[in-house]
Amino acid sequence: MLGLTAVLVLRVLTLMFGKGPAPKRSQPAKTMVVLGSGGHTAEMLMLMDSMGRERYGPRTYVVAATDAMSGGKALARERTWQKTDSPTGFGVVQIPRSREVGQSYLTSVATTLYSLAFAFRIVLRERPELVLVNGPGTCIPICAAAFTYRVLGLTHTQIVYVESIARTRRFSLSAKLLYHLRMADILFVQWEALAKTYPRAVYAGRLY
Amino acid sequence: MPATERAVFVTVGTTKFEALVEHVDSLELLRALKDKGYTKLVIQKGNGAYCPSVIVPKGQTKATTEGVDVEYFDYSPSLAAYITSAALVISHAGSGSIFETLTAGVPLIVVPNPLLMDNHQVELGVQLAGMGHLASATPEQLLSAIKTFDPSRLKPYVKGSAAGIAAAIDKQLGFTP
Repeated sequence: MLGLTAVLVLRVLTLMFGKGPAPKRSQPAKTMVVLGSGGHTAEMLMLMDSMGRERYGPRTYVVAATDAMSGGKALARERTWQKTDSPTGFGVVQIPRSREVGQSYLTSVATTLYSLAFAFRIVLRERPELVLVNGPGTCIPICAAAFTYRVLGLTHTQIVYVESIARTRRFSLSAKLLYHLRMADILFVQWEALAKTYPRAVYAGRLY
Repeated sequence: MPATERAVFVTVGTTKFEALVEHVDSLELLRALKDKGYTKLVIQKGNGAYCPSVIVPKGQTKATTEGVDVEYFDYSPSLAAYITSAALVISHAGSGSIFETLTAGVPLIVVPNPLLMDNHQVELGVQLAGMGHLASATPEQLLSAIKTFDPSRLKPYVKGSAAGIAAAIDKQLGFTP
């Protein structure tokens, strides 16, 4: 039991502190994208417009159950891409929201656990090789699930986080969590000042 | 569209921002816009309850007041056309509105919502105002901001590109060395 704990701790530390690019690949990477309201979805789709999409598929979009718009936006954009791209599978999955804006922190614990269980189920079912997120609260359970499965050796998921362009000087809560817990393989920021404050963050330009 | 039309587009995006709509609904502000050569004022007011009743007759959504064509509506699926055809945009501090306006090269006054002051939106407006790309004002300061606003002194915003991030992701996943 002690041995198993030691192995797990070592594994977590290796993943947290031993970041490097994945081994060379040419096969497409199954991708899970977390969308969110208030500009998150727009930024994510803007990024995917510029990505070599033949490398990232099939694609699963995760949206919060109370987000009525993001799923539709993703599907509309996919339909546009599919006109010129080689055919790629895509779909939308709903996840219960961890916390509504203004929800009490006490009830938030229960709802977060519920959405966490959901996230673990979705990530195990889809086994994405890339989880691409840019900050809405919905992304944390998904990242936690992906990281846990990687610790356990069940998946080889790369977690890529792109901080919103609206964050010019301070990290969002999601970014703080992923940065300090070292869960993201790359954490992008869109303003140079943030990259100075958080040296392990990467500035590679702005989406807009 | 007549070549001499110079439209001002006020937008609150998908939010509710009563304070901005209330301050725009003012004859003094309308006169200030007219003095600056604007001929039209379009207000996308969101789903707030307040309906302009000073610069348009109460109950009407369209009128010509003090020589300025005024109209308002709650929401439209695509605000892009309103933004790109405007000579001035007055917008809430959402990043979508801000960057859509800046990349269209349209002069912009950003009005952060005081009710969302703990919201990170304020940061973006402050950053871009500091860089000289737009002007920022509270709802109360809007009238004086309009009077002193000089679009020719704005620094053009150079559009960003997702290529850098996309390339870094390709490398991380092992698609490129």
